[in-house]
Amino acid sequence: MKLFISLLAVLVLIILPLILVANGGDSIRYLFGVIVPYVGIAVFLFGIIYRVLHWARSPVPFRIVTTCGQQRSLPWIKSSKLENPHTIWGVLGRMLLEVLCFRSLFRNTKVELHEGPKLAYGADKWLWAAGLAFHWSLLIIFLRHFKYFAEPVPYFVTVIQNLDGFFQVGLPILYITDIIVVVALTYIFLRRVFVPQVRYISLPADYFALFLLLGITISGIVVRYFFKTDIVGVKELGTGLLSFHPVVPASIGVSFFIHLFLVSCLLMYFPFSKLMHMGGVFLSPTRNLVNNSRAKRHINPWNYPVKVHTYEEYEDEFREVMRAAGLPLEKE
Amino acid sequence: MAEKILPPEELGRVDYSPPKKSWMDPKVEFRKGTFNYGAVPSSTSYLDLPFSRKWQPTDDDWQLPDNWKEIILNGLKDRLKKYRSLKVFMDICVRCGACADKCHFYIGSGDPKNMPVLRAELLRSVYRNDFTTAGKLLGKLAGGRKLTKEIIKEWFYYFYQCTECRRCSVFCPYGIDTAEITMMGRELLNLLGLDIDWITTPAANCFRTGNHLGIQPHGFKDSVEFAVDDLEEITGIRVEAPINKKGAEVLFIVPSADYFGDPHYFGFLGYLALLHEIGLDYTFSTFASEGGNFGLFHSAEMMKRLNAKMYMEAKRLGVKWILGGECGHMWRVIHQYMDTVNGPADFLEVPVSPITGTRFEHAASTKMIHIAEFTADLIKHGKLNLDKSRNDQWRVTFHDSCNPARAMGLLEEPRFILNSVCNHFYEMPENTIREQTFCCGSGAGLGTDENFEMRMRGGLPRANAVKYVQEQHDVNMLCCICAIDKATLPPLMDYWVPGIQVGALHELVGNALVMKGEKERVTDMRSNPLPGKEVTVDA
Repeated sequence: MKLFISLLAVLVLIILPLILVANGGDSIRYLFGVIVPYVGIAVFLFGIIYRVLHWARSPVPFRIVTTCGQQRSLPWIKSSKLENPHTIWGVLGRMLLEVLCFRSLFRNTKVELHEGPKLAYGADKWLWAAGLAFHWSLLIIFLRHFKYFAEPVPYFVTVIQNLDGFFQVGLPILYITDIIVVVALTYIFLRRVFVPQVRYISLPADYFALFLLLGITISGIVVRYFFKTDIVGVKELGTGLLSFHPVVPASIGVSFFIHLFLVSCLLMYFPFSKLMHMGGVFLSPTRNLVNNSRAKRHINPWNYPVKVHTYEEYEDEFREVMRAAGLPLEKE
Repeated sequence: MAEKILPPEELGRVDYSPPKKSWMDPKVEFRKGTFNYGAVPSSTSYLDLPFSRKWQPTDDDWQLPDNWKEIILNGLKDRLKKYRSLKVFMDICVRCGACADKCHFYIGSGDPKNMPVLRAELLRSVYRNDFTTAGKLLGKLAGGRKLTKEIIKEWFYYFYQCTECRRCSVFCPYGIDTAEITMMGRELLNLLGLDIDWITTPAANCFRTGNHLGIQPHGFKDSVEFAVDDLEEITGIRVEAPINKKGAEVLFIVPSADYFGDPHYFGFLGYLALLHEIGLDYTFSTFASEGGNFGLFHSAEMMKRLNAKMYMEAKRLGVKWILGGECGHMWRVIHQYMDTVNGPADFLEVPVSPITGTRFEHAASTKMIHIAEFTADLIKHGKLNLDKSRNDQWRVTFHDSCNPARAMGLLEEPRFILNSVCNHFYEMPENTIREQTFCCGSGAGLGTDENFEMRMRGGLPRANAVKYVQEQHDVNMLCCICAIDKATLPPLMDYWVPGIQVGALHELVGNALVMKGEKERVTDMRSNPLPGKEVTVDA
């Protein structure tokens, strides 16, 4: 049910430009080619900034590092600089490992309960591998797309593109990331559907994000390899958008508008969804703090006085028994 | 063991297939053995907690105040403003499920709401419904749930089925820490007077007498003197154990179970022997006669209220620094909270070991070090004469307590000590130790008799790892550095892995420590005969 609602929502997002652009005039093409993408980009940028600032407005009252290695204590005990950082450099390394390599997910294990009972733990790297493959492919694909926005094509884009098309198969040359991204997304989707526990915890939003991303990648592949659209026209649109002199060349086909509309939808959806984990991971207090709370005082901005029980009150209550037990007293 | 419980073979058959009904249905059944009793009014009122009343989770009517909904939503709003952790963790979970089978309660119960992700979703769904635009517009479709009394009951059940062990947060790709969620959930429940007795009564005791057990000053003195007598019998040496002594160099704070519980007590004897042997100028305090802090399991405010005594007493006694005993959650408080909430401790000095001269720079601000750090330093500098063979009766494995492992990183110090004081030390499988250690299943205030079944379920992964080393290496001693562990692991072992004793790290130190002028030892700290010293009785 949750799955079908999400699928339906994404199908609507595909059909919308399909019908409207195919039957509409220039103003519709302008809407889907210029207005919607601009709105998407604006919502994305301002949305992300808003969300990050919104999070950052709340303070970090306590230094709640999750330590995943030896602390720094005695000089002869080797401390774990990355898993339990005691310097800002260590934190930087930890965050880089987390963001670039998904360090924590790499630890993933799978538990099996056998008769006895007997528990066994095995490494389970599939989610990590699929997650990493998907995110890196998406990043590379994103960077590759710069060629549609800049003339001359930046050097780094050419390099990435050449590496991605290294095998030089097919015409147009097949990009490896195009395959990887679809395979990885499909794995993540199937896992959500077929692992009973994961299906149980899934919300419509979880499926929606996957369908939307699959829709974007597949429509992108369709535009590139099958219903080829006029690349020169697309580049004209891209550079036009970037230089704020947008034009929508007549040569651009409907299939491209579907791709562009889905991307715009993703941009608008992003800041208000779980996809904000991209920004949130940087603000996670269990990962981004130095574990030095005994060496250096951490300040809680809302620390307030509380009602405590003082020694004087304590002695007042127990003075007689303390005296009888021969314990020293403040007030005889 | 107060409640009837299934035999281990049956309890160990866990069904992980999720139920038909959606998790959004909040209905829970308060089944005997799987929940904790409500707090007694005398304790809640002593601590000035709101809506103090006689109440039990099995009651149909929980006598919530009329404006309960407003209280919860305002409480949540307030906490979102105060804690970035909560705000971020409410928003960024992608429900990948990597945390699911990392929770000992999920592994032991198969209840999907014990997956950390769903435990958080119980709160998150209400957050989405009332605090996000999508939730306000789309409701259930956006994963929102309208707050109901049923949800309050569900929260109570599941937020007291989490031991705040933080194992899931090690595996979460965004470091989402369920302990934070559980803490917030419990604070919200407390606003409605829904406290549990096993947390609130010890906290009330602690506020009044300085320790959870409610031991009054003369009782404390008796306990310590009793220990001094016992130690004299074992070693032939009468040690001094000063109490409330002004001007001592060091204030020594231990969890109260150390001087009142078994097997904690044998570790307490070890402390006394060690501190006498090195001649440390220290004092106990009757006012700060508790290192542990059940306030942590209640609310940040209660944690702060109870922990305030440490610095207050250090100041009154005029000590230079503080030494802390073996206790898990106590060290979460000391390491991650104390300086922030009760500091600055600018009237104390950076801890320096008067025996080795080591300056403990890593505690330069809190001025408090862990006894495992202190002892490891002594051993490294060759200040202790240790006879490992006096622990030959033990084949030892080490249980990393959740908080020293995952909220501190105290991993090597106890291992170094163990390798120095005993000949037979074996590690449990790597997925069950160090930062991946499994909770005893009874932490965070859940170690009650009425909760026995759930404790055995939650303790299954830990017990199973012990069973492994029992089978592989004939291990017979589970060593640990946590007072809750020492109290709750023995019944856990009896249930799942009979034949395992639980002991303190400093019990083993006490056994191995050769004291100047001691008599020939014939027994260990438990007053059991040492290997080769058994008295043979002629038939």
